[in-house]
Amino acid sequence: MEEFLKQYLDPTFAITFAYLIKIFCIVIPVMISVAYLTYFERRVIGFMQSRIGPNRVGFFGLLQPIADALKLLFKEIILPEKSNNFLFFLAPLLSIAPALAAWAVIPFDFEMVLADINAGLLYVLAMTSIAVYGVIIAGWASNSKYAFLGSLRSAAQIVSYEIAMGFTLVGVLMCANSLNLGEIVMAQQGGISQWYCWPLFPLFIIYFISAVAETNRAPFDVAEGESEIVAGFHVEYSGMAFALFFLAEYANMILVSILAVIMFLGGWMSPFSFMPDGIFWLLAKVAFVLFFFLWFRATFPRYRYDQIMRLGWKVFIPLTLIWIVFVGAMMQTDYAEYFH
Amino acid sequence: MMQFSDYIFYFFSSILILASLKVITANNPVYSALSLVLAFFSAAGIWLLLHAEFLAIALVLVYVGAVMVLFLFVVMMLDINLESLKKGFWSYFPFAILIAGVFIVEIYLVVSDKFFLESQIESFGTSKSNTHAIGNILYTDYLLPFQIAAIILLVAIISAIALTMFGHKSHKAIDPKDQIKVRRDDRIRIVKMKSEKR
Repeated sequence: MEEFLKQYLDPTFAITFAYLIKIFCIVIPVMISVAYLTYFERRVIGFMQSRIGPNRVGFFGLLQPIADALKLLFKEIILPEKSNNFLFFLAPLLSIAPALAAWAVIPFDFEMVLADINAGLLYVLAMTSIAVYGVIIAGWASNSKYAFLGSLRSAAQIVSYEIAMGFTLVGVLMCANSLNLGEIVMAQQGGISQWYCWPLFPLFIIYFISAVAETNRAPFDVAEGESEIVAGFHVEYSGMAFALFFLAEYANMILVSILAVIMFLGGWMSPFSFMPDGIFWLLAKVAFVLFFFLWFRATFPRYRYDQIMRLGWKVFIPLTLIWIVFVGAMMQTDYAEYFH
Repeated sequence: MMQFSDYIFYFFSSILILASLKVITANNPVYSALSLVLAFFSAAGIWLLLHAEFLAIALVLVYVGAVMVLFLFVVMMLDINLESLKKGFWSYFPFAILIAGVFIVEIYLVVSDKFFLESQIESFGTSKSNTHAIGNILYTDYLLPFQIAAIILLVAIISAIALTMFGHKSHKAIDPKDQIKVRRDDRIRIVKMKSEKR
């Protein structure tokens, strides 16, 4: 694409322009997936609870997310009188920006990646770790006790589960011997038996549960806990400002699912060696993982706050540490091939 | 002639200096903490320009993602009275000048050292993956200092936990063991009785 643009434009502009087009090619599908993930969520949970869910707008209700987006666009943004104006508007931006920035290093297919950097895994971790600022600042700037309590809960939860999540990624990078996400997928070549979810099975489970907690999804959604603190950190937000939080939450959900697929389920590799690899495998696996998020929300009751903290600090972190030592020890034995 | 990367350098540096000034001049402590976050970010950007991607990302991951979150956490909950804090400003001033002088001398000594020659920085930039380079050096040449640092951190963690454990016991936390052991009969009692006549 860069060569094509260089025929018409100045070389520096051509490179910038090519990157812009690539960025749009990632962001727009992400936004559309977010919209239809909300539709899918409402339908799936509806069926799980013997309801129908949205089915009026368009064919099978397929235009419902677009109607919702339009509704949110035209709603008034209410600014609480005693809030901190600047930070109140900064918070939604701080929560959507890292959720989208992390997509820069995600490989969708062989060499189909915006920024093929060496420390891709670290970059993703860094981006997901700064997403918490949106939540904290929103809670503080709203000047409301419910919002503040919600943001404190969420901050504590995200910081605790980030550690367990980071340790599971240590296991993956020990096996793959690389921090580059593309190389991690390439290391899982050769069918379903080579995927890292088998040698790192406990880490895979812990990663997935931590991912649910990181994204503040049920059953770990004490940050929103509507029965206790109304709607948590975004209780004072309306219209587009609320929609940005909503977008960030779902974009993060898709992001952690795609990371689970890349690191543990072989990315774009096909599960059987006789079938071709390709981006459709990645999308199918991501859809499968995302379904679990919806299933969890429909099934499990909300955790109590102290139970969440206990699970994170006293169960997950020791377990991941033990498994990292175990993997390291196994790599020195004759069974090392199973851990590569 | 300035290169494009020079413009980026000056962009990040000016943000870094402005944010650092804001850290010490802001009236609201929350703004100070957030400015410090911005300063860390700009510093990470400058490190990226030096091809030190591992250090840059580690700075964002550790300081922005973890340390500053906990800082904000505390600062937001404190009700800080700035007037009483500003009271002793001039009495501390000579001491502050002294410390600033020591810092400047130290920074001068470090920067004028042979490690900061421009040729040294260039040679580091050309190595392929500096995560590998740092790992290699850390676990071979500097293994012992690295282990000592790890043990100091471990001791700090244990002592921090110990401080909360052996203090006053006013919290109402219940042992999870006891919670799991609870059976239905411990909590409810079904009473059967005949309906009463009116």
